[in-house]
Amino acid sequence: MIISQLPVLQVILPLAAAPLCAILHHRILAWALTLLVSLISLCFSYMLLNQVLIEDTITYAMGGWVAPWGIEYYIDKLTAYMLLIVNGITVLVLLGAREIVESDIASDRIYLFYTAFLLNLTGLLGVITTGDAFNLFVFIEIASLSSYAMISLGRDKRSLYAAFKYLIFGTVGASFILISVGLLYVVTGTLNIADLSQQLTNTENTPTITTAFVFFIIGIGIKAAIFPLHLWLPDAYTYSPSIVSTFLAGTTTKVFIYVLIRFIYSLYGYEFSFFTESFHYLLMLSASGAILYGSYLAIKQDSLKRILAYSSIAQIGYMVLGIALITELGLMASLVHILNHAFIKVGLFLAVTAIIYSYNTDSIEKLAGIAKTSPFIFALFIISGLSLIGAPLTSGFISKWYLIKASLEADYWIFVSIIVISSVMAIIYIGRIIETAYFKPSAKQTATLDLDKKRPYLLFLSLVVISFINIYFGIETSLNVDMASQIANELINK
Amino acid sequence: MDILSSFNYWAVIILMMIGFYIIIANNNLVKKIIGINIFQTSIFIMFISMGKVVDGTAPILNDLNTLYSSPLPHVLILTAIVVGISTTALGLAIIIRIHTAFGTIEDDKIQQEIK
Repeated sequence: MIISQLPVLQVILPLAAAPLCAILHHRILAWALTLLVSLISLCFSYMLLNQVLIEDTITYAMGGWVAPWGIEYYIDKLTAYMLLIVNGITVLVLLGAREIVESDIASDRIYLFYTAFLLNLTGLLGVITTGDAFNLFVFIEIASLSSYAMISLGRDKRSLYAAFKYLIFGTVGASFILISVGLLYVVTGTLNIADLSQQLTNTENTPTITTAFVFFIIGIGIKAAIFPLHLWLPDAYTYSPSIVSTFLAGTTTKVFIYVLIRFIYSLYGYEFSFFTESFHYLLMLSASGAILYGSYLAIKQDSLKRILAYSSIAQIGYMVLGIALITELGLMASLVHILNHAFIKVGLFLAVTAIIYSYNTDSIEKLAGIAKTSPFIFALFIISGLSLIGAPLTSGFISKWYLIKASLEADYWIFVSIIVISSVMAIIYIGRIIETAYFKPSAKQTATLDLDKKRPYLLFLSLVVISFINIYFGIETSLNVDMASQIANELINK
Repeated sequence: MDILSSFNYWAVIILMMIGFYIIIANNNLVKKIIGINIFQTSIFIMFISMGKVVDGTAPILNDLNTLYSSPLPHVLILTAIVVGISTTALGLAIIIRIHTAFGTIEDDKIQQEIK
């Protein structure tokens, strides 16, 4: 009985818990409820994955209205894979969130923070599960609006301006997606994604379809921070409360990359996207730009969170690069990197969160020699850092390995050198943090451990789990790589 | 004439560009929100125009009329209006807090203070 309702439960559960969280009006209860909901949600997405492996696709007609007329929730392997990533990240972030949120956010607003968090989760899970183009727009806006609110909760007043900037960018992006949905509706008379893709293969290519495609790409490019549409991202990640940056870095951009994949492969069909419009050259250019520019700027920053933010821009470039190669292997590398990078970045951001929490500073200069006082956090930071660089036996190595293999297979030698150069740059910016913390003698301006604060043991626990995941996926890849190659195969040969 | 027959769409394009220009060029944060509103309104008009069938009436089932306009875009736009209002409300709320924190809502002055 519950199995047939699983697709909709993914969305309904956090949506129903959000107002409950506001009613509870208690900071610890709100945290416990949010964690509980995300745990149940994780179990449900695991059950969905098992179901999908047997049945291939699950469709759920909302309110009993059948597909092209009603709103349909559509679950295939890609959906289940993304649901598992987002729910997994959410659980790990929330586990350590309590102490951090209490120190980052004014205590009378904490329950509202968790309400916004749950709404954001609703939006993200909705974007993944829905099979209806207009419904997708609504969920995108639910996710975005709640993330503007969460960003503006930061103690630093610059977070307000960052949130406003993100709001302007994000709304323009979402409006572009809305225009694209409208134009597609004019041509086909349907909003169901599966139905749209069928109608599009039967209709001739008109300027309206191309315009819709362009509007969609620009809109989703802003939302996913694809270079050069990434300008909102560094400020939003730097000034927002640490937990929010961690959560956004691990989920939001990945979900929008998923939407990009969904539209390119399931809706327009990749023949349209790549052969009619030669769109992949544009994506390649954007990806190379993102990788080099993001890594370069990451080297020049002084704030820990800003370094990670620029590195995120570069890593989004990797995911786009995999898509742009238009081979099965490339798409697979992209999917593997979505999973691996989600865990790597959340690991790094959580370690940085722990540092900011314990030392009250975000500046790299004040960290000289502090690894002696917090050896544990820095050891875990190094594991995720090595994984970001792509050292062997870590998950980052696996993604880069498949990306390089895919570039070679598609005969693009240039991308191999770009990936190698950016890995070297990653060694510089991650190495700089490690060098300062371990080898520089502590000076007068070095931050000291804030002993008044409770130690965030649960945060350490989730850091350990993430480091374990990072190493596990570097050694034993059968889980994610097999899954990703199945998905890529289905998407391309559909 | 061609322009007159697709008058709505020209209005959409002009409104959209006005809104977009305000978002990019105006220095005042409240006016940026106004720009976003104009921009979104143009999209609403586009959707509503799409649903109109020439000589079609409201989709009420009776014996007199057989030609109906499509009601679906109207429903979609009702939802989109709600989304637009939420965005405006949130934007204005953030502007109020920016004003208390920075003492100004001019973009260039805020950027100066951030540096």
